[in-house]
Amino acid sequence: MNKSFRQSMAWLHTWTGLLLGWLLVAIFITGTSAYFREEITLWMQPEVHDSTLQPGTVELAMAALNAKAPDAKSWDINLPGDRQTAVELRWQPAKQPENGGRRRGEQMLMDADSGEVVAPRATRGGNFFYRFHFELYGIDRLWARLLVCLATMFMLIAIISGVITHKKIFKDFFTFRPGKGQRSWLDAHNATAVLALPYHFMITYSGLLLFMTLIMPWGIDAAYENDRRAFFSEVFSRGEDAAQPGSPGQMVAVGPLIEQTETRFGKPVERIQITNPNRDNAQITLRVNRDPAVTDRQRGGDPTQVFQGNTGELIDTRIPANDPVSPGWRIYNFFTSVHMARFADPLTRWLFFLFGIAGSAMTVTGMLLWVSKRTQQLRRDQQPDRALKMVNGLNMASITGLMLAIAAYFLANRLLPATLAAREDREIQVFFIIWLVSLVHGLLRPNRHGWIEQVAAASLLWLAIPVVNIFTTASHLFTPLAWQHAAIASFDLVCLTLAALGGYTLWRLQRKPLPAKARRARAPRRANTASEQPAGESP
Amino acid sequence: MTPLSITSRTLAAALGGYGLGALAAMALAVTLPVARDQAVIIGIMVAFLLCSGAAIWAFSARSAWRAWAGILAPSLLLAGLYLWGLPA
Repeated sequence: MNKSFRQSMAWLHTWTGLLLGWLLVAIFITGTSAYFREEITLWMQPEVHDSTLQPGTVELAMAALNAKAPDAKSWDINLPGDRQTAVELRWQPAKQPENGGRRRGEQMLMDADSGEVVAPRATRGGNFFYRFHFELYGIDRLWARLLVCLATMFMLIAIISGVITHKKIFKDFFTFRPGKGQRSWLDAHNATAVLALPYHFMITYSGLLLFMTLIMPWGIDAAYENDRRAFFSEVFSRGEDAAQPGSPGQMVAVGPLIEQTETRFGKPVERIQITNPNRDNAQITLRVNRDPAVTDRQRGGDPTQVFQGNTGELIDTRIPANDPVSPGWRIYNFFTSVHMARFADPLTRWLFFLFGIAGSAMTVTGMLLWVSKRTQQLRRDQQPDRALKMVNGLNMASITGLMLAIAAYFLANRLLPATLAAREDREIQVFFIIWLVSLVHGLLRPNRHGWIEQVAAASLLWLAIPVVNIFTTASHLFTPLAWQHAAIASFDLVCLTLAALGGYTLWRLQRKPLPAKARRARAPRRANTASEQPAGESP
Repeated sequence: MTPLSITSRTLAAALGGYGLGALAAMALAVTLPVARDQAVIIGIMVAFLLCSGAAIWAFSARSAWRAWAGILAPSLLLAGLYLWGLPA
């Protein structure tokens, strides 16, 4: 490989990286949290923590739906599993409200033990980060998605040019020179990039594939003569709509049907759907979780049995995973399922979470390296120019600032009154106010002091979460309930881990002595780049 | 690299690269000898790789002119392939 080619790639890597780096840090960090979005939502609704699946839960759920919406078009019952404790009840009202309404129908949560409807505190939970990950917040959804796609494309280019820049990529990988400023950042950037390189490529490329109909629809138009609906119905068919409701009729008990399905598939039934409930043409659909296979089709892949509602007669047994999938779609399914960890059991989910942290660390160290390199190139008494200070301040806001804002969001969830009006919006306002404060602070103090202050604040807030939890919930770390559902205790443990990482960072930052006061008085302060911050500072 | 060269290469990477990808998606969608939904998805998957490949090329070519030529030539080929593959 000739030298100038690598130089041009280094140039391309540096500038594509910086240009959308801040956005990418936010996308990576919120995306990493999204592997646990259901667990985060669960943690943020402590009212539903004390709920466990019982033998009679299904009957209670049927009774609750019967009381709430006896003439609905359909009912859906999602039973508690690894990632949720309460029973989720959904129904499609008989009459759709004029001009749209919610397409997904109505929803409520039920306690699995008592059958009482629970109204937990209003929160967007983990979905806020999940949505932010690909459509940001508060700006037009279409433009936000396009912006995220653009950042993703830049990321793909940065990955490829980054690989080309490092001729000796594996030798670089085994090099680590700690405590040496720019060198250390370079090594950390290389290590996190190479360590998870297949992951980085996968997550970026699949990110583009997930938005293919938005950003690359031309092949669909070409092959389907501009009829995109035809493509969607061919590929992502959701099955036919339910038949018109018949005349009122009795339904058989669901319990024996569940036993039948569980015997057939050897797994617990997780989801129950009833179309045209309380009619003579009611149909009862029982689903168990599929065996995870990453190349499966996405929707409707679960083993299913369908029963006639008034007789209990078995109509259909489907195991969609056995249907043939063509090679092209297998590749597509592979990339998109892996992106969303659709197939993942809890252990795999943790592994993806760690990969996500590696990705966040890669973008973060890249941004820090950019500033560190330029700071070290300054002459002894030269002041960093305005642009360098600004990049340093923006780095601070995008890294420690985001971590502060996320912690504040969780604290707001515990501290705001449970019945506050527009509560879920207030939580989000807290998030953005704290982020904004950190941005202003970062721009005012784009130096080591600024970094020290923000890292200290972030560590305190993350430490505060499990502590506040003790005083505000009955499912904190010192209760058996939190450990009964591993997700709840794990959340607090992750908070403690992040606080500890922050504390370690602080110790490293403090240990490097500041320039003597006398010297500072003579020469203006140099922008410093928190050059001792370890890479793992992200959720 | 001069500012003019950088601007030109950036345009080649962004517009040219996207155009190349889009044309590849279209050409493969109508010419691949597999079911059309498969042809579409394979085309899209190839398109994104071509987009990033084109960006790499745009900044590594010896001159901005060569950068453009290296993107436009295959684009024309793919456009021809697409027109040839259209149902009569």
